[in-house]
This record gives sequence, C-alpha cells and structure tokens, in this order.
Amino acid sequence: MCGIVGLFLKDKTLEPKLGDMLTDMLITMTDRGPDSAGIAIYGSEAEGRTKLTVQSDAPDAAFDGLDGALAEALSTDVSIRVIDTHAVLDVPAGKSEEARAALAELRPGMRVMSAGDTIEIYKEVGLPEKVAERFDVRGMSGTHGIGHTRMATESAVTTEGAHPFSTGSDQCLVHNGSLSNHNSLRRKLQRDGVRIESQNDTEVGAAYLTWKMQHGATLGEALEGTLEDLDGFFNFVVGTKDGFGVVRDPIACKPAVMAETDQYVAFGSEYRALVNLPGIEDARVWEPEPATVYFWNH
Amino acid sequence: MQTYDLEANGLRGLNSALQELNGSSNKTAWEIVNPKGSHAIAVGLNSPVEVTVKGSTGYYCAGMNQQATVRVEGSVGPGVAENMMSGTVIVEGDASQYAGATGHGGLLVIKGNASSRCGISMKGIDIVVHGNIGHMCAFMGQAGNLVVLGDAGDALGDSCYEARFFVRGSVKSLGADCIEKEMRPEHIEILKDLLARAGADAKPEEFKRYGSARQLYNFDVDNAQAY
Repeated sequence: MCGIVGLFLKDKTLEPKLGDMLTDMLITMTDRGPDSAGIAIYGSEAEGRTKLTVQSDAPDAAFDGLDGALAEALSTDVSIRVIDTHAVLDVPAGKSEEARAALAELRPGMRVMSAGDTIEIYKEVGLPEKVAERFDVRGMSGTHGIGHTRMATESAVTTEGAHPFSTGSDQCLVHNGSLSNHNSLRRKLQRDGVRIESQNDTEVGAAYLTWKMQHGATLGEALEGTLEDLDGFFNFVVGTKDGFGVVRDPIACKPAVMAETDQYVAFGSEYRALVNLPGIEDARVWEPEPATVYFWNH
Repeated sequence: MQTYDLEANGLRGLNSALQELNGSSNKTAWEIVNPKGSHAIAVGLNSPVEVTVKGSTGYYCAGMNQQATVRVEGSVGPGVAENMMSGTVIVEGDASQYAGATGHGGLLVIKGNASSRCGISMKGIDIVVHGNIGHMCAFMGQAGNLVVLGDAGDALGDSCYEARFFVRGSVKSLGADCIEKEMRPEHIEILKDLLARAGADAKPEEFKRYGSARQLYNFDVDNAQAY
C-alpha cells in the first residue's frame, strides 16, 4: 500500500497553515502506511543561504558542536536548528557540496535527507501522527509540501527506507507502488557512478530521476522517462523549488485523486485525505490519467 | 426517512442497521450524511431499502448489493458495486477503478466518468456510464451489458466472453479477441431499455456494438500469441 498526500498552495494566505493541513492529510492516510512517515516541506528562503537537512540515530552526540565543526571545516558561518533526530544546517549558497563532503568526514553515521534553498525533509519510523508530532510539522509554514505514509514491501522498515527521497537540490520524490526492475537498474546506475545506499526500490526511482537530469533532461522529461525505463507499479509525486508534479504508471492500479481550486492543488491516495481542505466541496476533483505527467509551477 | 451521520456514529453501526433489514420487504429510506470518502458504505444489503449518500465515498461502496437502491450524490472510490447481484446503484459523479467488477446482476449507473477496469470480469451486471471509461474495461467480461455514452480507453473487452459493449464515442483500442459487431434490432431494444432506466439522453442508433470474436474460447496453438 502506502499513502501519499501533497499540497501546492496558490493562495499565499494559506502558507502559514501548510503544515497543519498536511498533517491532517497525512494522519488520514495512516491505515495505508503505519510503518513510517515523512514529509518534504518547501519553506522560507534566505538570500545567499542554502539548507542541508541531516538525520542521525544518535542525535545528541551527532549534533553537539556540529555547527562549529562545520564552520571551521568550511571556513564560513554555519547555523544549526535541531528538531528531534533531524537538524537543519544553514550554510552559504554554493557551499552545499563542500558541506556534504565535510559532514561525511565529521559525522560518518549521519545522513543527509535533503539539500536546497527551501526544502526540508523529515522522516522517521513510526505512526504518521507520532512522526508529525516529533517534528512539529503542524507548526511549519511553506509554499508546498509532500507527505508519505509507508507500508513496506520491498525493503526493511528503516529511516532510510522511508519517503520522501531527495533527488537533487530542492527536489524530492515519494512513491506508492513497487518497482520490479530496481535491482538491474540499480546495477546500471551504480556502474554509471550514481550513489545508491539502500536496497529500497524507490531510492532507485529517485536516483534514476537524478541521473536523467544530470544528463540534461528536464524534470518533465525525466518523469516521461520513468514510463519507459521503470517496470512495476508507481504513483510518483515530485516536488521542486517552485513546482509539484504527478505521474502514474500505464497500468495505474495504485489509487490517486487530485483536487484543484483557486487556492491550491492537492493530491491524495484517497479522497479521504482531501475532505477537510477548504472549499473542497466546490473543487475540481479528478483521477489523474495513467502514463500522463502533470505539473504545476509557481 | 432516517438520517445517519457517518462521522458521528461510525461505519459498523450503519452497515449493521442496514443489514438488519435484509430479508424484509420493507421499503424504508435512509440518508447518510458526512461520508467523507469512507470505505465500504452500504455493503451487503439485501432488501428493497433506498439509501442516499450525501457526498463522496471511498473504496467498495454498495458492494455485494442485492435489491437495494443506493444513490451516491458525489464520486466513488475503487470498486463501487463490486459483485452486485441485483438492485440499482447510481453515482452522480465519477467512479474510480473497477466499478461494478464481477457483478452478477442489477444496474450500475455512473453519471460522470469511470476510470480503468470498469466492469472487469462482469457476469451479468448492466453498467451505464454517461461519460468516458478508462483502459482495460470489461476484461474477461462474461455476461451483461456495458453502455458508454462517451469514449472508451485502451483494450476494451480484452479476452471477453459473452458480455456486450455499446459505445457511442470512440474506442482507443480493442482488447484481444474483441471486435465490432453488427447492431441488430434485439440489441437496439436492449440498449433502449438500459438508456431509459439509466436516465441517459442518447439514441440507441448512435452506438456501436462490440463483443467477443470467440477465437480464444478453446486453446488453439495458432492463437498462442493472443492468450
């Protein structure tokens, strides 16, 4: 199974409520995915700065003095905001890759969840309600966000198996379904130098998109490519700095509902996830077509 | 008329109250408010009760229906009227995948569009869709009628047996062993009756009929590619 929710706001007055609305949507999808949950939120942006969201299974030790150590390694100013097992590191724009390399040295067990100007990814094992509570997702504001509730089929129930997956700077992917050619595709991508860390099928999907875009494809073209190169079942919802996209495999057996009003575009694995959104009674509600890429941009 | 607030009183209470009427000839009317996309609303009914759902539903609404009339004033999730035996289910909005799957009888009317696999493995149910239908509809359809006022998606009637398909618009592609067939007077009569019962404003003469070419009924090595 698995549940996906997504919300792309057109009405700026709703931005302070993004986390609150997404949390309700996410909790509604608990019975589709009680193993673990995650959320990608596109929040505020600071001029000349970029954010790295990191996660550690031993956060106290990992985050203690991390800002100072990273600042020293990069010879620049770094600030840190710790939220439970995650921390958001704020570094000067353009220092993201250097920071990643330094973090791998400084804290080898720590994982980078996302990097970008506005994106922050939070994900953990546990009931969606508990996960949202730990990171206080309700209190988050932003322009758009994507959430996922996981019922594991292809790999173990772990933090790194949870969604969303980062696919590049300010980009993320969530998946409902299962890919059947992920082992052969993983080998092919790894031979091409793409770093894939887990046995998870979705990570391969995410790496595929990254790889396509590194080779010059736009996100739209990379999504089109999934229809040819990925075998299996998938509903993908992707986020970019200012956009939000959806694609379903040609068989389209995984459920999907979308709603659009003047205020927002919303995605839910089921209509239940959308019922409490403002003005849903008058929204245009439809099922996205199979093998069709949908995209919205700010 | 009895009103049931699904959000306040829960799904089990609703289905057990409706199923208590099973076996009676009592024509009571029920209205369900606040469905909010819930699953399995009004399933397993077996009496001539009239149920109106005031809003959209999730998976498996009106499944296994017998005798009852269930009207949904909204859209429905996957598997509406699955395995219906008799009675009527009317959806004012759209239906998600496998609407009316494996249905043995009764009438399913969808006033909007139905998505993929509508009428899959249908066994006698009549389905009238006022809008369009998606891909793989009526796969392995054995008996009954699927009427579509709009267009049909890919692979209509793949591997079908004796179910009949009437489509007014275009058919993107026909499935294995499904062909266009001659519309004879008896088919016009069937269609006229179904359109009238489904409240559809269309002329039977505007439709084309499709059905099984009967080439895959028995194994034939020359058809190995098509199985």
